[in-house]
Amino acid sequence: MATPIISASPHLHSSRTSKKLMYDVLIALTPAFLVSLYVFGIGALVVTAVAVASCILFEYLIQKYLLKTELTITDGSALLTGVLLAFNLPSNLPIWMIIVGSLVAIGIAKSSFGGLGFNIFNPALVGRVFLLISFPVQMTSWPNAIENQSKLVDAVTGATPLGIVKEGLQFGETMTSLASQIPSNMDLLLGITGGSLGEMSALALLLGGIYLLIRKVISWHIPVTMLATMAILTGIFWLVNPEQNASPLFHLLAGGAILGAFYMATDLVTSPMTRKGMIIFAVGIGLITVIIRLFGAYPEGVSFAILIMNAFVPLINTYFKPRRFGSRIKIKD
Amino acid sequence: MLKTFSKGGIHPAENKLTSTKEIKKLDTPKTVYVPISQHIGIPSEIVVAKKDKVEIGQVIAKSAGFVSANIHSPVAGVVTKLDKVFDSRGYQIQCIVIKTDAKNPVNFEDIVYPLKKEIKLSPAEILKHITDSGIVGLGGATFPTHVKLNVNEDKKLDHLIINGVECEPYLTADHRLMLERTDEILIGVKILLHALQIDKAVIGIENNKKDAIALFKKLTKDEKGISVVALAVKYPQGGEKQLVKAILNREVPKNGLPLDVGVIVHNVGTIYAIYQAVQHDKPLIERVVTVTGKKLENPSNFWVKIGTPVSDLLEAVGGVPEDTRKILNGGPMMGKAIKKLKTPVTKGTSGIVLLSDDDAHRGESTNCIRCGECVYVCPMGLEPHLLMNLTEKHLWERTCAEDIMTCIECGSCSYVCPSHRPLLDYIRFGKKLTNECKIN
Repeated sequence: MATPIISASPHLHSSRTSKKLMYDVLIALTPAFLVSLYVFGIGALVVTAVAVASCILFEYLIQKYLLKTELTITDGSALLTGVLLAFNLPSNLPIWMIIVGSLVAIGIAKSSFGGLGFNIFNPALVGRVFLLISFPVQMTSWPNAIENQSKLVDAVTGATPLGIVKEGLQFGETMTSLASQIPSNMDLLLGITGGSLGEMSALALLLGGIYLLIRKVISWHIPVTMLATMAILTGIFWLVNPEQNASPLFHLLAGGAILGAFYMATDLVTSPMTRKGMIIFAVGIGLITVIIRLFGAYPEGVSFAILIMNAFVPLINTYFKPRRFGSRIKIKD
Repeated sequence: MLKTFSKGGIHPAENKLTSTKEIKKLDTPKTVYVPISQHIGIPSEIVVAKKDKVEIGQVIAKSAGFVSANIHSPVAGVVTKLDKVFDSRGYQIQCIVIKTDAKNPVNFEDIVYPLKKEIKLSPAEILKHITDSGIVGLGGATFPTHVKLNVNEDKKLDHLIINGVECEPYLTADHRLMLERTDEILIGVKILLHALQIDKAVIGIENNKKDAIALFKKLTKDEKGISVVALAVKYPQGGEKQLVKAILNREVPKNGLPLDVGVIVHNVGTIYAIYQAVQHDKPLIERVVTVTGKKLENPSNFWVKIGTPVSDLLEAVGGVPEDTRKILNGGPMMGKAIKKLKTPVTKGTSGIVLLSDDDAHRGESTNCIRCGECVYVCPMGLEPHLLMNLTEKHLWERTCAEDIMTCIECGSCSYVCPSHRPLLDYIRFGKKLTNECKIN
């Protein structure tokens, strides 16, 4: 027998590893990726490949030459950041912009905070929001679905369903008069619409979300609470004035609500660590999203809402601690 | 729905390889190494000298304080020396080395004990028998039993809980004992009920031991005060506080004892030892030990004399497999990796588990990804990631405020951590230094 190993208990470990968690999320994103490949064609592949490659490359360069730390590019996190960033971009975005977005995501949002596990904000969302603010025109010119899937540039572009509603209502139209311009709920569910790469088909995203729940990569607390908050708030407005407000179902299916709820807000690093905290966090995201969508300047607010709530996570972790066992009753001294 | 505790917990693979194997008697070893500190508390005081002849069951070290226990010779023989051996924690401890007298025929186990049902002794006499017999908690904590039974008058005690959970993977010592010594255990329960002057006892058994549950249910059908509860399998249900919560839904206060909610918990092995001590005057000199491992030819359960070197046990199961890299005293969740095969079995040794090369290594520790799994599985409602972080920074006031001292060291946090962070290692260290800080 070889020399026995001496270490402290426990001597067993579950089969879960950080790497497996990352790859599980990638598996969950596959159906949505396939849908966007079908809808946008080669553009979807190009955007994703560029985002992934540049995220991994920047992580490598920064770790090797700038920080001179151990390389962790194989842990799957940079790969995942790349995919998630791509999912938040239009399929016809110029390639150099994607690279800039990746640099911001990996360089600023992740590495400058200390790398995996230390970042406060979701790197992919920081990259997206940076691009959205810097290049608003390119970031909001969405190629229309299906009809121009083989073309990369100069495609027919149009607004997202949320954009159509927002603009229409501002110019005095009503939901009834807009009905012909916005896709049906069924189209939204399947993904026959305009928008970022990954927010196309709510169905495909939900499928992946269910996979993540079954694999226990995420818990139900954040997605369910966030979507429920959005449904309730938009539902109230809709019930009060259905002509000036879109239905809650439309709000859930259009835009990045599902993508955000299952894949962005649930990012392990930037979400709270307790179940209680997760619920507070998700209510906050739902609330801010609805405020931006109904009253803000942007038609869509999920990214901003998640980033704003990311900033509150350390505070939430401090104030919403698990209840200590035995803290109900105190023993007398 | 089966009962269980509500907060945290994990489900490691059970690997109970020996649950159908009858307990065999291990041959009396040629030499025994009896440590004088086999319990929590003050080490016992040696009362024999080198070259003394000792009888089986003779007191060789006596209780040296309130929290201490007698130690008896497990064999008949001659004290060859007072030496130091490595214990399972890796410390050298004082022990009494006794060479077995092969010719001495007097052996406790040669006497056939008929089941003695009648309880004649008074509570005080029962307590005295338990004290004299050197009984300690055999579940692994090894707290002297007589101290635990010494209930302060102002505590309102109403339940005795018998811990037959055995939530550690691999171990089956308690399981087999419950199947093979069922009548004795039930009498032991009655002895304790009588000694404590209460009338309710609950036997808690996890549902992976259905045969034991059925057997106890059958035998307690007509017993008024004794009930059997099948518990959903979840680690660490064998922890006292978790068990009280699971069975009675009472939450033991922070820094408190089950006694604070009117409960006293004893392991089934301890109950059997109490039966032996009270009914047959037999001190605690042997116990059931599971010797197991995936690669072992013949994993078994044994009756083992206290002080038997681990090497003797391993020989009895066909030797150590080639690729063994870890030998554990206890289960894989809370047991200790031992270095020397001469390390003796003590009162608290419930099993020897061998892990082969594929199971013996820790994964490489990477950055915390703040997934919160450690928080979710902690049965005490702690935040292991935070405690590790604070320990790294030596912030003892904060570790104290974050209740580090209530950690029961079950290891669930380290078990689940996807980044393989050594959470419990740090917490143990943090507990030690926080405690020193508090004292100063």
